[in-house]
Amino acid sequence: MSHLPPFETVVADHGAVVLRVCRAVLGPVDAEDAWSETFLAALRAFPSLRPDSDVRAWLVTIAHRKAIDGYRARKRAPLPVESLPHEPSAVDAHEPIDDRLLAAVDALPDKQRHVVAYRYLADLSYAAIAEIVGGSAEAARRSAADGIATLRRSYAQNSYAQNSHAQKESR
Amino acid sequence: MTLHDFPAADRAVLDRAVLDRLHARLVDAAAAEGSLDVSYRNLDSPVGRLLVAATPAGLVRLAFANESEDEVLATLAARVSPRVLRAPGRFDDVASELDDYFAGRRRSFDLPLDLRLAQGFRRDVLAALPGIAYGTTASYKAVATSTGRPGAVRAVGTACATNPLPIFIPCHRVVRSDGSMGGYRGGPAAKQTLLELEAAP
Repeated sequence: MSHLPPFETVVADHGAVVLRVCRAVLGPVDAEDAWSETFLAALRAFPSLRPDSDVRAWLVTIAHRKAIDGYRARKRAPLPVESLPHEPSAVDAHEPIDDRLLAAVDALPDKQRHVVAYRYLADLSYAAIAEIVGGSAEAARRSAADGIATLRRSYAQNSYAQNSHAQKESR
Repeated sequence: MTLHDFPAADRAVLDRAVLDRLHARLVDAAAAEGSLDVSYRNLDSPVGRLLVAATPAGLVRLAFANESEDEVLATLAARVSPRVLRAPGRFDDVASELDDYFAGRRRSFDLPLDLRLAQGFRRDVLAALPGIAYGTTASYKAVATSTGRPGAVRAVGTACATNPLPIFIPCHRVVRSDGSMGGYRGGPAAKQTLLELEAAP
């Protein structure tokens, strides 16, 4: 019978991906709290996880619930100026590439933003994403396609600046 | 200063720093609410790199560099709990006592021990070992006799070889009746270093 690994390996293997997902879904201000809540909840529940589970999908499921909870809490609280949604037109082509992309992702409707993050940052299958956000795998795929189409329009407005950034900053 | 002030090449480093900070925060929150079952850290020592692990009840495992760290942690996850996190900040007293021991300033440890990884007769043997004074040795046969089972010499050897807390429980002070050193979980060189340290005036 197989055993669960030490939780430390879960943090080491998936911590960076979950941070990126939290940033994309919630923005940089709330991402760190969401990460902390996600991994603390995961640690609590870890002993009852089935050893053959998809750990990344499990973590993203927890992060998704935390993000929804956080979103509801923020809707009740006064909205800080910094978290006003960015307009796609406000994306600055001279900002570093990650920030322009994050701003464009931030401007997506909730469902598309979640699905794009879970597909392209967490690399989850559409079947796994459908279990997290509800609906069918096909609907998740369409949401991702719609989201990517919007990102192409808002993010690629200045392809010259984008390319020069991409060359300078590729690792 | 914001993220915008840094070029992309530095971002991975920044992310690493953020993740390190979040990891430390996770350890603190988990320990505070009681959901951290096993914490561990590495320590450098005159007998090489050590791994020490603890439960809320006390130190549960010390491993030398001759054991695979992954296997030691996997065994802790399977036998104690998978809620295992690296928590270097939770071993200051252990590091300090080990430093004192290796510097010859300390002859016994004042740390709670969790012996759950040793059972039955092996545990009885481990309980008898602190009776062997610092700077002295006892034979496997003498230890067997002291546990009331003089014939169990091989079982004493097994108990020492599987001691989950070497150094803290001084199995290195158990030697062969002919005076030769015998085996050691951390390898013969580590045993020799410990015996020489304790024999120093």
